[in-house]
Parts: sequence; C-alpha cells; structure tokens
Amino acid sequence: MHPIRKKRLTIVLFLLVGLGVAVALTTYALRQNINLFYDPSQISAGEAPVDVRIRAGGMVEEGSVVRAPDSLTVEFRVTDFSASVPVEYTGILPDLFAEGQGVVAMGRLDTNGRFVADQVLAKHDENYMPPEVADALEKASKGQNKASANTNTVSY
Amino acid sequence: MYPELGQLALILALLLAVLLSVVPLAGSLTDRGNLQAFARPLAAGMFVFIGLAFAVLTRAFVTDDFSVAYVANNSNSMLPWYFKFSAVWGGHEGSLLLWILMLAGWTLAVAIFSRRLPSVMISQVLSVLGMISVGFLLFIIITSNPFDRLLPNVPADGADLNPLLQDMGLIIHPPLLYMGYVGFAVAFAFAIAALINGRLDAAWARWSRPWTTVAWAFLSLGIALGSWWAYYELGWGGWWFWDPVENASLLPWLSGTALMHSLAVTEKRGVFKSWTVLLAIVTFALSLLGTFLVRSGVLTSVHAFASDPERGTFLLALLAITVIASLALYAFRAPVVHVRSRYGPLSREIFLLLNNVLLVSATLLVAVGTLYPLVLDFLEMGKLSIGEPFFNLTFSPLAVATGLLLGAGIFSRWKKTDGGWLARKLLWPLAVSLIASTAVVIGYGGFKPWAFLGVFTAMWVVVATFWDLWDKSSSRKGRIHGLRRQSRSYYGMVLGHLGLAITMAGATVVSNYGIERDVRMVPGDVATVGDYQFVFKDIGERRGANFTAQYGSFDVMLDGEPVAELHPEKRQYSVGMSVMTEADIDAGLFRDIFVAIGERISDDAWAIRLQYKPLVRWLWLGAIFMAAGGFLAISDRRYRIRERAEEKAGIGAPVTDAGPAHSAGAVS
Repeated sequence: MHPIRKKRLTIVLFLLVGLGVAVALTTYALRQNINLFYDPSQISAGEAPVDVRIRAGGMVEEGSVVRAPDSLTVEFRVTDFSASVPVEYTGILPDLFAEGQGVVAMGRLDTNGRFVADQVLAKHDENYMPPEVADALEKASKGQNKASANTNTVSY
Repeated sequence: MYPELGQLALILALLLAVLLSVVPLAGSLTDRGNLQAFARPLAAGMFVFIGLAFAVLTRAFVTDDFSVAYVANNSNSMLPWYFKFSAVWGGHEGSLLLWILMLAGWTLAVAIFSRRLPSVMISQVLSVLGMISVGFLLFIIITSNPFDRLLPNVPADGADLNPLLQDMGLIIHPPLLYMGYVGFAVAFAFAIAALINGRLDAAWARWSRPWTTVAWAFLSLGIALGSWWAYYELGWGGWWFWDPVENASLLPWLSGTALMHSLAVTEKRGVFKSWTVLLAIVTFALSLLGTFLVRSGVLTSVHAFASDPERGTFLLALLAITVIASLALYAFRAPVVHVRSRYGPLSREIFLLLNNVLLVSATLLVAVGTLYPLVLDFLEMGKLSIGEPFFNLTFSPLAVATGLLLGAGIFSRWKKTDGGWLARKLLWPLAVSLIASTAVVIGYGGFKPWAFLGVFTAMWVVVATFWDLWDKSSSRKGRIHGLRRQSRSYYGMVLGHLGLAITMAGATVVSNYGIERDVRMVPGDVATVGDYQFVFKDIGERRGANFTAQYGSFDVMLDGEPVAELHPEKRQYSVGMSVMTEADIDAGLFRDIFVAIGERISDDAWAIRLQYKPLVRWLWLGAIFMAAGGFLAISDRRYRIRERAEEKAGIGAPVTDAGPAHSAGAVS
C-alpha cells in the first residue's frame, strides 16, 4: 500500500477505535445512572425493581406524615389515589413539602415494599406539579374509571 | 399609551432588521458600495428602537403599570425598586427582550469597532446579525409580546416576582449570561461571512478572535454567577446540579472554549480552518439550543410543550433554519479551502487539536446527558432522569485529561517539538506538582484517588504556566524587562489557564473534603462539623419589606474561639405565600461556613443544615480569572497595530492563504 494511504488508514482506524471506546464507555455510564420513574400503582403491583435506584412520585397522602421524635427521619405515604407506597426519608425536606403536595423521591425499594428515599424533590412553585406525578395521577384516575366500568383490574 | 409605543418600537426595529439583513448583503454580492454603506446606520437604528422598547418596559415596571400583563405577572407594588428593575428580565417575555437588546448591542459594537474591516466583510457580518435579529424579533412580536395589555380589567396589584429571583445575583446573572450567549452570534456571523466570501484566512481568524474571547469571558462570568447564586439562594449549598438549565449554558461554553483555541491555531498557522468554522457554527447553534431549552417550557414538561407548542416550535424552527442553512453553506464552501501548512506529530497544533477533541467530547457528553431523557419522553418511550453520577463519572476524566494536556502543551512549539526536549522540560514541573499536590491532599485530611488527581491536575497547570512564564521572561536586561516584554494576550492566556486550575482545585477540594450535616437542633444545642462547633442560640421572628421570617442565631466556634455569628432565615413572602430558605454563610478564601434552616420538626426543634466548604470560593474566583484573562487578551496592541498595517497594505483584496505568514513563535 502507498505509505501515505497506509498512514491515513492508521489514523482512521485509530479514530474509529477511539470513538468506539468512547461510545461504549458513555453507554455503560448512561446505563448505570439512568433512574426510571415509577408511580405508586406500579410499585404496589410489584413492577418496580427492588434495590435499584429509581424515582417514585405522587401526592403526599393527607395525615400520613410521621416524624421520628429524636432524629430527622420522616415517614409518609405517596399516593396516586389508586395505590399508595410508604416512603422513609432522613434529612431536610424541601420548603414546599406538605401533605397534599406533589413530590418526586429518589431512592431504593426495600424487600418490604418500603421506598427508602435519599432525596425528596418538590419544586419551588405551589402551583407546580411534577410532570411525572401529573401523569401518574391522570393514569390512575383513568384506571379507576375503568374499574367502575366493570373491569376489576387496573391495567396500564 | 407608553406600552403601545414600545410595541411600535419593536415593529420598527423588525423592519430595520429586515433591511439590515437584505440591503448590505445584496450590496456586498453585487459590489455596490452605496448599499454596503447602509449596514452601520441600520445597525445603529435597530439598536435605538430595541433600546427604546426596553426602556418602555422598564418604565412600566418602575411605575407599577399593571395594565401590562407581563408587569402584572412579574411585579408587585411592594417590591423594592431595584427588584422592579431586574424584574424586567424576570420572566419569559422580558428576558427575550433582554436577549434581543444584547444582540442589537453586539451588532452595534461590531459596527463601531470594525471600522478597519473591509466594507464587504462588515456588511455581510452585519447582515447575518440582522437575520438573527429578524428571527428573534419575529419570535417576540408573534409569540411573546411583553407589551400585551390587561384591558379593561386592570389588576389592582401584581402577582409579585418569584421570591427566588428577588436577589442581587439575579439582577446581573441574566445580562452577563446573555452577553455570552448572544456574543457567539458575532463569531458565527464572521464565520458565515467568511464562507460566503470563500476567504477563510488568518485575517478572518484574527477578526473573530477578540469577539469570541469577549463573549466567552462574559459567559464564564455568567455561569459562575449562576452557580454562586444557586449555592446561596437555593438554600442548600450545592454549586452545580447538572440541571438541564445549567447544562444549557455549559454547552456553548465548552464548544466556545474549543473555538477560542482553534481560532488561535487558524490565526497563527492557517490550519484547522474548516474545523474552526464548524465550531463557530456549532457554538452559536448550542447557544440557540440553550435558549430553546430554557425558553420553550420543554424542561418543565415535554407534554406541556406539546400542548402549547407555539413558542417551542418557533424556537426549534429558528434553530433548524440556522443549523441547516449554515451547514449547507459550509458544505458548499468549506472544501474550497486548502491547507498547505504542515505540522509534526508532536507540535503545538497537535496539542491544541487534542484540546479540541477533549472539549468537543465533553460537549457531546453533556448534550447526550441533557437531551436523552427529553427525546425519550417526547417519543413516549419512558420517563427517566440521568443523575449527577453520570456527568461526574464521564466529565471528570475529560477535565483531568484536558488539564494534563494543557500543562504539557504550554511548552510545545508550533510545527515541531522535540520529544526528548519536551520530556526533560516537563520533568521538574511534574516533580514539583506531584509533591505539592500530595502535601495538599494529605493536609486536607486523607488521600483519595480522585481528589489527588484533581488537585494534581490543577497544580500541574499552575506550575507549568509559571514555569513557562519564567522561561519566556528570561532576558539579558533583567527579569522585570523580560516580564514587561510579554504581550497582553500572553498574560491573558496565563490568567485564563490559572483560572481553570483555580476552579478545578476548588471543585475537587469542596467535593471531596467538604462536610455536610443535617441535624435536629433545639435552641441551646451544639453540633460539631469537622473542627467547628455550631451553637444554636435562638430563633425568633423578623419582618422584611415584603416577607416575614423565622430568624435564627448561631455562634460558630473553632477550638473554643468564636469565628462567626450567623443568622439564617426561613422567609414567608406575603404576596404569593411562598416559603424561601435564606442560608447564612461566613465566607472565606479558604473555607465557607454555611447554616440553613430546614423545616420545623416540633414546637422547639428544627432541622438544620450545617456545612463546612473548603475552597468553595475558588470555583468562582477561577471564573473571574478566566474572564479577566479574556478581557486582557483582547486589549492586546497587536489587534490594532496589525489591522492598521494591513489597512495601509490594502488588505481589501481576498487573501488566499496567509497561514505561514504569521509564523511560529508569535506567542513568545
């Protein structure tokens, strides 16, 4: 082969290999760090994986917030009005956290079906509803309508 | 009456912008000087009318004219006067108007400061800027009119400015950020004009450089200010969240940094021309993408965007037109450019090429992480978020690699560098920075691989930069003479690189050695964070202009000695009934002490966040260094003197390849 072509070929191969490695590493990193969203119905139906970092969201159930007397641990239930999931969190809650407010929590589901959150988000706007939560509520209310129309399973 | 005047001014500005985008360009293509001569007056006229519209909107805010819907939504009669002023850009419509004002300002600046440019070039550059103005003026007039009225039902008072935005940082953050964003439009316009002319030469690169550098310097400051604001105002002490809004500003900064460096190569050596043009286009496209992300509502919810698509679609169309048109032009014109200059496998060119590869990779990574969830959601393929770990994991190695390469690249020569010589050159700086960074890391309380790598990289950049300065300033007439002989653009580079190192050091140390504790405290309690003791003295009420606050008092002690008294607040704003956490910070060059009040747990117990943040200020100090370097570099005499010399030589005629003329070692 012509030496210049050979040189070019080496460069191209080098670039391709480099690019391949970069894409592979990025995809790997991406896979490790994607947090899927599950709504309370999906979680109580057992669709969410256990001990994988996921996001969960819904409305904080009225009267469900219980504080530990001597630490920052707080327990509450998150609901989409067709199912609800117990959440445990230790730390400072956002300013807009309140019963009846939409929240999104990051964390892991333990084997008892309890969601152990390491982060709770509520946006800085009292009219704001996290889009996932709005979606989940909408889906749940549709499910309930279906249920009242003589379908006993809540399906998505 | 006045709001209608503002509206009229916008429409007139649009007409002028249309003329600006057509007349001078036509003049340049048909070689008619009288048409080209319209470019500067039209640019000035556009600026005047947009400035007028902006003044009218400001007046509406200051005089509490709640008949204007935008004012009613974003202001309140109880708002302090300076926030009424900054509330002008507190919402969507006003911030777009600010965007356009900046664009008009840049256009005017190009018109004023480019007197020495050939008339053909300047008319094309201004025409391209005019086209961008047309796009955004249409956008604001059609979809986001800030002068819409609420008649006849004028509200008695406004809905108030979002309390988050009632802050000094927010008065200057958007203008700085937009200066940067929009400034890349100038580099873009120069690139397009060069493509139209088919003259991608060293002169073009030299004209683009100062504009790109200024825009980049503003953007650096804007991003840093945003990060600082998030740190103290969002209440919880984080300084970068890899939030899409932040990423939107980081994207053009990364590619803009690449652009600055490749422009340097194009100017000095006449190579990388096509690449540089492409980067200029990409950087501006990323600025537009950022504007789209932040302004279309697509981030709050893709579906909110889909249900009210007017604004988003318009911006997306603007982005698409810009990208497609400029890439088409690029495809037609770029191959014309030929490269004759040669450089070896170990040359400054190669180092800067690798710098570009790394920066572009970082840009791609951030873009993927930001856009991937949006695209999936839009295609109804699931809801997911990409967490901070992804960005930290992928971005940090690239940042480290960039820094390591920088330290070596400083010593490299254009065309060819002897490998053995470079290795010997690097030996001492390597040894010094290894020892120094080990000492720093151990001093901060323990060896951690990532912390060491980050600190080492920063140290390496600093040592190499000063080593090079020492080498270059050696002179028979003495050190002082040698130091004074260096150009301002060289010192600009030194400052910029030191700034990068400072930011890197700050980011590394605060992420690895910062301490954060959330505790439950009752007045009288003492909590320990690192070496510091926090005494919670009491908490009471305080009234502000438009809020009431729970006002806490803390004493901070170090080894029994009082260090600071801090008063964090929990504010309740009376108009929107929204709650805000105001942290209190004892700031220092080497550490911040941070206290924020969380929620009330019981009658007397509160959740309190206490933090020790070593070197956190360095994050933003570094950005100030970078920006100062940028401003210093463009004040260099050579930008003026060479232009004058060229003017005398009659450089109006196209130069086909001026690369080797500006030969090696021009930096030294």
